Amino acid sequence: MPRREPALAILLVLLLVVIGLRAPAYVTAGNLVNVLIDSSVLCILVVGQLFALLIRGIDLSTAANLAFVGMFLALLSQAHPELPAIAYLLLAALAGLFLGAINAVFIAIVGVPAIICTLGTMVIYRGMIFLLSDGAWVSSHEMSQPFQTFPLESWLGVPNIVLVAVLVALSAWLFLRFTSTGRAFYAVGSSPLAATFAGISIRRTTLLGFILSGLCSGIAGYLWTARYAIAFTQAGQGLEFAVIAACFIGGVAVSGGRGSIAGVLVGALFISVVQTALPFVRVSPFVQTAISGTIILIAVAVNSRAERPRGRQILEVEERRPAPALMPIEEPSK
Amino acid sequence: MSGSGASPLAILRRLPAWESVLIVLLAAVVILNSQLSPYFLDVSNLFDSTLNFDEKAMIALPLALVIITGQIDVSVASIVSVCAVAMGLASNAGADGTLVVAVGLATGLVAGLINGLLVVGLGVHSIVVTIGTLSLYRGITEAIVQDGAFTKFPKPMLALGRAYLFNVVPFETLCWLVIAAIFAVVLHLTIAGRRIFAIGNNAQAARYSGIAVDRYKVALFALTGLLCGLAAAFLVCRLGSVRQSIAEGSELQVVTIVVLGGVSIAGGTGTIAGVVLSTLLIGALTYGLNLVNIPGLVVDLCLGILLIASISVPRAIRLIALWRRIGQPT
Repeated sequence: MPRREPALAILLVLLLVVIGLRAPAYVTAGNLVNVLIDSSVLCILVVGQLFALLIRGIDLSTAANLAFVGMFLALLSQAHPELPAIAYLLLAALAGLFLGAINAVFIAIVGVPAIICTLGTMVIYRGMIFLLSDGAWVSSHEMSQPFQTFPLESWLGVPNIVLVAVLVALSAWLFLRFTSTGRAFYAVGSSPLAATFAGISIRRTTLLGFILSGLCSGIAGYLWTARYAIAFTQAGQGLEFAVIAACFIGGVAVSGGRGSIAGVLVGALFISVVQTALPFVRVSPFVQTAISGTIILIAVAVNSRAERPRGRQILEVEERRPAPALMPIEEPSK
Repeated sequence: MSGSGASPLAILRRLPAWESVLIVLLAAVVILNSQLSPYFLDVSNLFDSTLNFDEKAMIALPLALVIITGQIDVSVASIVSVCAVAMGLASNAGADGTLVVAVGLATGLVAGLINGLLVVGLGVHSIVVTIGTLSLYRGITEAIVQDGAFTKFPKPMLALGRAYLFNVVPFETLCWLVIAAIFAVVLHLTIAGRRIFAIGNNAQAARYSGIAVDRYKVALFALTGLLCGLAAAFLVCRLGSVRQSIAEGSELQVVTIVVLGGVSIAGGTGTIAGVVLSTLLIGALTYGLNLVNIPGLVVDLCLGILLIASISVPRAIRLIALWRRIGQPT
């Protein structure tokens, strides 16, 4: 099977060419930088989701986590406008990590199936935003200056928001590729039983996976809120599905153990390009959801074709897929 | 539970454990709510309150069967929205009440059939497929409704939304109870029901023993779609208007009802009695919280906690018991 990422990257370039033919204004350098800035938050979120998906989990609470951290920081910047931007970034990471840890404990230690747990925390976190803010919005004039300007300030010509996304993706790539803890994610997702025999703790890897997913959502939460200069209860609602769509497009398997940072990043860019290009090619933004739904289904169909064993078989040798994310995490019995 | 002349305690003992827990919880919620608000135990209020969850309760029944086979459908709320839109279009084209409802049901059936065929045809787990169709169906709704609304529906339909039996029991609630009874009989007393459990326990073994597993899966997804169509019909009759956000987010509540009802998300176990009890429990809780003016998002928060607690409390108890026996964490 040819590697997926280069093929996907070529597809992305082709897409840009097609859009460029219809709307040359879209493919100018200035606009492409804007697209990159807009996709940064999605890129950070897909990296987090990858950690959850690799170990046969799923994290549906990412967008709610993002909105909660955003509201928390917006209120903080209102109360303490003197804080420097870097403090917000660190606090966002910590707050996201904490929310991720709540998921992690219930999934890895108590054994609640990931999809149920994160479906629950999705509404719990949204409810918490409501309790925290009393349903009020925090808008740009109520946030402090450094809070708002950080994402678009540039360092060596690169906007901070892109820089943070690159740093997150790079460290995640190094972690997954070159550390044994990172490699364990692939082992656990491919075969929990084999991983256990190899001395890998399923429980510890799962804990770490959901904590990292929360951490990424937290960082994205600060950047989202500061970039759009608004914090409200419904912030980023529906983003979780764009994130999961990007992962599927990037070749992540729901059955776990398969997926790469490069893949999910290209997937995220793909979704961002499709979404931002719609107004340029004069397509109503109302069809955006339908288009992303179609893309998810196509990506799923392509994935399933690629993973299916060659040749004809009348009865499968084993179940085609384990029920991903639906099963509680268990250490296989020895 | 046909305990003829049996004491209430004996009936409770005959019920599976989880259903007994639900009955106790339901009693607790009812007692607590009647203490908090004097309006809670009003008969017509109580029956009217069922209108808040009838549509979700109706979808929870087929979804329970889908989950028992080890699958899941998270696109139900989006199917409801597409059905509502189809009904709006039909009504605008001048169809009468019966035809409008028929269009809604047919749309639901087709949407569910598409889900089922995709799941079986692609051989991918239904969580992935239905996340895709969740966006697709909602997207179709958004593309058609845009920022407008359908508000013109035939008069007899709107009257149906406000129809009561003996002036107390809403027609919709009656419908739900009848459908629940049919589901209970099919799931627990027929061969088809046994096969659904068999598929959930071990799809491969079920297939080797001659059960048309794929056909059952497609049929159950289609059935879920059909009842989404019915739910949409009742919703439209009751609301009299369709906007693009109709039923948005209610998939969570439907899944919560099913899981809280003791249906294992991994498949293979569950009862319709449990689903009905959890519907009543969630309904009573929501209604009670509404009566004491707790905002919707906070009610959702409580439901989220209930969902996680319903799975983690039994597991935590088992875990603690295990630790005690071994003397150290596993």
